[in-house]
Amino acid sequence: MKNTNAKTLLEARGLTATVAGVEILKGINLTVRAGEVHAIMGPNGSGKSTLSKVLAGHPAYAVTGGKVLLDGADLFALSAEERARAGLFLGFQYPVEIPGVSNSGFLRLAYNTVQGARGKDELDPLEFDDYVREKMKLLEMDEGFLDRSVNDGFSGGEKKRNEILQMAILEPKLAILDETDSGLDIDALRIVAGGVNALLTPDNACVLVTHYQRLLNYITPDYVHVMESGRIIKTGGRELALELETRGYDWVVEETRNATEVSA
Amino acid sequence: MTTVVDTPQWLATLRADGHALPQSPLAWLNERRAQALERANALSVPTTRDEEWRFTDLAPLRQFSLQRPPAARTITEADIALFNLPEAGARMVFVDGQFAPSLSHGVGALIGTSGGTSTGTSVSTLTDGLKSHGALLQQHLGVHAGFEQQVFPALNTAWLHGNNGALVVLGRNAVLEQPLHVLFVATQANIALCPRVLVVAESGAQGKLIEDYVSLTNGAYLANAVCEVSIAGNAEVHHVRLQRESLAATHIATTAVSLAKDARYRSQSVALGARLSRVNLDIRQAGEGADVELDGLALIGGEQVADTHSSVDHAFAHGRCRQMHKTIVGGAAHAVFNGKVLVREGAQLTNSAQQSRNLLVSPRARVDTKPQLEIFADDVKCAHGATVGQLDAEHLFYLKSRGLPEQQARNLLTYAFGAEVIQRIPVKSLVNRLQQTVLARVDAK
Repeated sequence: MKNTNAKTLLEARGLTATVAGVEILKGINLTVRAGEVHAIMGPNGSGKSTLSKVLAGHPAYAVTGGKVLLDGADLFALSAEERARAGLFLGFQYPVEIPGVSNSGFLRLAYNTVQGARGKDELDPLEFDDYVREKMKLLEMDEGFLDRSVNDGFSGGEKKRNEILQMAILEPKLAILDETDSGLDIDALRIVAGGVNALLTPDNACVLVTHYQRLLNYITPDYVHVMESGRIIKTGGRELALELETRGYDWVVEETRNATEVSA
Repeated sequence: MTTVVDTPQWLATLRADGHALPQSPLAWLNERRAQALERANALSVPTTRDEEWRFTDLAPLRQFSLQRPPAARTITEADIALFNLPEAGARMVFVDGQFAPSLSHGVGALIGTSGGTSTGTSVSTLTDGLKSHGALLQQHLGVHAGFEQQVFPALNTAWLHGNNGALVVLGRNAVLEQPLHVLFVATQANIALCPRVLVVAESGAQGKLIEDYVSLTNGAYLANAVCEVSIAGNAEVHHVRLQRESLAATHIATTAVSLAKDARYRSQSVALGARLSRVNLDIRQAGEGADVELDGLALIGGEQVADTHSSVDHAFAHGRCRQMHKTIVGGAAHAVFNGKVLVREGAQLTNSAQQSRNLLVSPRARVDTKPQLEIFADDVKCAHGATVGQLDAEHLFYLKSRGLPEQQARNLLTYAFGAEVIQRIPVKSLVNRLQQTVLARVDAK
């Protein structure tokens, strides 16, 4: 098991949240320490994506209760952009396309905003070019990619690689990757997973939100959580993911229901 | 019953100036001017009761006392350095309605190859053009931009004296790689200007024109511009129209384009300036297989009004037109678009698509957009669509999740909305300049 003395990067206690007045998160408890990889799995509609968006500060979701600390600081006191600067990163399930804005310009803007907030020197276009090309090798991206508009006309795989490239550039403390594996063929998955693995250090942590166990063959989680109806109903090691793959989710839901009835 | 409408001072002045012009040695020109003046005298200024001017009120023009520019002010290269396009193969500069030779270059010269035609390839003032290309001008000048029903082109034509206009002739099969820059500079308030451009592309010719209206004054003035473009068989003209007049100015423009068989016309029209601007864009297909691409962008704020009325007349078969008109409207500004597409009876297999996309960046901003399709052929493909909206919340969140502050995220997305049009401009330095302008303008809103 992991080092339980490592620094806690994310601490969620009793987190509840609604969208359009409907409660989606019904009391999330989650602790992520430095050096850990967590996988959050669960059937569609269980609240996985909502959790990642709430943590990143999406304006459509209202936090109605509970507390979340990011590296010891009150997460909900920070705006979305402040969370990014404080070291939180969300890899989007559906990255948006921004025609007319070059990828290199956008990446540099994001780098200078986030790294600048951490006291690093801002990079001019030439310096940034060297920096970003080094990071691009990690994700086997070709150079023409920098001149294209942000995600505009990118294939699914290119968009996801671009997300991980942004993670590489911004060097977050805590990366939440929302369905980064969905829609990827096996080659793209291998590249994306390889990129994530190369970015993991004892000082940062990663939360993989995924519907499929396949990703976990390439990125090994320390903890696997099962979400259902807005709660984490089971937590285990990597073997839990394999069990979910063969047995599906129903048995976990059943097990939880029985346990609740027994205690009631 | 007759309604007595008193004539605004500016109109009386323009009419009187038309009368006062010295006669030209060319009888046809005198005759054409006289006809135009007669129409200018007969026609009244449109009001918001005219369907074509419903949203664009010219009444505020009444408060200005507009004169013909007393004398062209002397300006230097440094004054217009900001508007310089290094890529331009030739530049004609007009200051307050007068040709400024010292600020121009490449004028009159034969440029490119002329492919054995008698007319050659040249850029000149209309004054010189009347001497060197008399027959050609008789054939085109004031012919494409009709003045029977519209007071503004009538006034402009009545005012034609040659030194206020540019002539571009692209000889047969001539291919001009470098764009031609025609720059109209206004330096004084309370003046009325009638800039004029004629482009004649002979068969197989290809060239790029940047028609550019700028200002060195913050004052109110009137620019009443007319641009005629005649494109012969299989020729191609790429026309960029840039309106960055004073924010107090009134800019009224008529652009009339005629395309012969298999001719191609590409255009980007960008409106940034003027208190009130109105562009009438008339595209007429005069042969089969003409191919047209029209991009428009208006970026306005404050109390600005930007109105584009376009008309695409498919009169022959196999015509194609792709039109994209975008507006970014802030403050209490008002953007108007009316896009008429006419497919005449014989114009089978026409493919015409029109899009109107509008971004409102303030609660008081307003857009009126109207497609107007009239189709009389039965085997055609015609599409149109219009959207009016605000910045997408998902897009904003994406940028903010990368650390960008709210305002910067908004600016970037607003810019991106207009970038589609700007990036089609075939002059790199101008694209860069406009990107900066748009980002800065968005910032200021």
